[in-house]
Amino acid sequence: MTVSLIVNGQRRTVSATPDTPLLYVLRDDLELNAAKYGCGLGQCGACTVHLDGKAVFSCLTPIGATQERQVTTLEGLGTQAQPGILQQAFIDEQAAQCGYCIAGMIMRAQSLLDRNPAPSDAEIRRHMQPNLCRCGTHHRIIRAIKRASAVLGSQNGKGDAS
Amino acid sequence: MMRRIQSKALLASFSLAAVAGSVIAAAIIYAPEIKPVERPLPTSFDPGEVAKGAQLASIGDCIVCHTADGGRPFAGARALPTPFGTLYSDNITPDEKTGIGNWSFAAFRRAMVNGVARDGSHLYPALPYEHFTHVDDADLRAIYAFLMTRQPVEQVQPKNDLLPGLGFRPLLAGWKLLFLHEGPSTRDPARSAEWNRGKYLVEGLGHCGGCHTPRNILGGEERSSDLSGGIAEGWIAPALDKSNPSADRWDEASLFDYLTTGIAGGHSAAGGPMGPVAEGLSTVNDADVQAIAVYIASRMKPESALQKAASTVATLPRDVASQDPASSKSTIAHPATDTLFAGACGGCHMPGAPMQVTGRPPLSAVSDLRMTNPRNAIQAVLQGVAPPSGRGPAMPGFADILTDQQIADLLGYARAHFTDASPWPDLTAEVSAIRKEDAR
Repeated sequence: MTVSLIVNGQRRTVSATPDTPLLYVLRDDLELNAAKYGCGLGQCGACTVHLDGKAVFSCLTPIGATQERQVTTLEGLGTQAQPGILQQAFIDEQAAQCGYCIAGMIMRAQSLLDRNPAPSDAEIRRHMQPNLCRCGTHHRIIRAIKRASAVLGSQNGKGDAS
Repeated sequence: MMRRIQSKALLASFSLAAVAGSVIAAAIIYAPEIKPVERPLPTSFDPGEVAKGAQLASIGDCIVCHTADGGRPFAGARALPTPFGTLYSDNITPDEKTGIGNWSFAAFRRAMVNGVARDGSHLYPALPYEHFTHVDDADLRAIYAFLMTRQPVEQVQPKNDLLPGLGFRPLLAGWKLLFLHEGPSTRDPARSAEWNRGKYLVEGLGHCGGCHTPRNILGGEERSSDLSGGIAEGWIAPALDKSNPSADRWDEASLFDYLTTGIAGGHSAAGGPMGPVAEGLSTVNDADVQAIAVYIASRMKPESALQKAASTVATLPRDVASQDPASSKSTIAHPATDTLFAGACGGCHMPGAPMQVTGRPPLSAVSDLRMTNPRNAIQAVLQGVAPPSGRGPAMPGFADILTDQQIADLLGYARAHFTDASPWPDLTAEVSAIRKEDAR
């Protein structure tokens, strides 16, 4: 079937069988390789992207279910030259070890900051729960999210949000 | 004139009745304060008693309601949404200022058995004292010993947020008059000791009826419909008697597995609020959980069928999971949905998928798909199912992935494909309604 969807703000049309995971279409057809294949069972979060603004496992999202919907991937948050606020915070905190989980981590965290720019530690921990990091960089990941939250807070003229 | 006299007389008799009523009411409402005591030293309790209390507290699952999300154990402040507003659980750590540190055993016993706090105020029936009233004193003493030897936490719970008027606690005396039936759980001498132990635990500490028995408009359990199914946190607490459509497929062994691990291979996995119950029971001694399983199994089928079931339990009515989806009636009835199912669900739920190999029940065995009401199946898809007992694979929620229509299509497909049951009507509307509920 032909599926038309909006990826990182651009309309893209792909031809795929409807049960193809969104993840495969992103990586194989649209050359957006940030989202990773981890388990393929919605257990690890490496494939996390946004669907209509909500963090979802793209490995469990059949492309047939995404007709006319908005998808955002890590590539949609910024570029190497101009990283987004959260991406910059992950760089500043050196929150990646092997890096395999990081694209998913950032997308999961971004969906929280979009909804609540000043989350508490407990809210961050609860929200990030579905995403696994095998290297154990969780403390840095949480610091990076708090750093981004503080930047967002100062940009909004509300002072330090941490 | 005549009329005035009559009305005066009427007024007088009304007043008299009102006074008499008030006196009676006051007698029911009034409960004296029980004097505070110095916090008993943890060393004053026998370790064996404390260990016994720990087991009993796990059967009662005190920790679930009395611990806030991410909060300290037993320090309360967990929000408990009820049809009458939101209650916040009490701190039951032995902190003297904010917990039960200065409660004597008599005060603790009265709270459990009569629903009255140490200071004499009536407690809301979110504390299931309709059940705890059946717990014997020896067990209450052990639970008291367990709680009084926990780490004290100073924490005050937020103020309850109830419908207007319901903050007036003396009203609860009236509620208790109607719904609190004090006294020990009755024994059936014709049954085994194990069965009676199970009955005692189910009716008392386990407070299974708190969710699995329907409630009337005042929130009291309908005792005549004991364990015939209720509702808990947006999920159906299925009937634990013969009226359960899957009753013939459960037996002592599968109930034991389900209660201790949250999963019964070839049956179901605990979803929603049942997950924490299984987590609590996973730490309880096998004999007590077995007794609960024996009692519940007997409630789900008549005695004679129990023996019969033991020999036939391995056979499911129809192992549709192994059928080729392409040729099944569900594919014909839902032509577009088989590919949606393959993409969203198949990775775990198709025959041979990794989850099936790790012992997760096949959809052909899952009770939720067979229920008359699709609510639990919808909740499982919307919210997912956390790994019971905290370990192993989870089912992720699909609320943000699939539309109401897609979820309805998938459930319609799964019901047709994996069960013999007739289609659920108005699925899309049901999914929309439950999604709205969950968002609140």
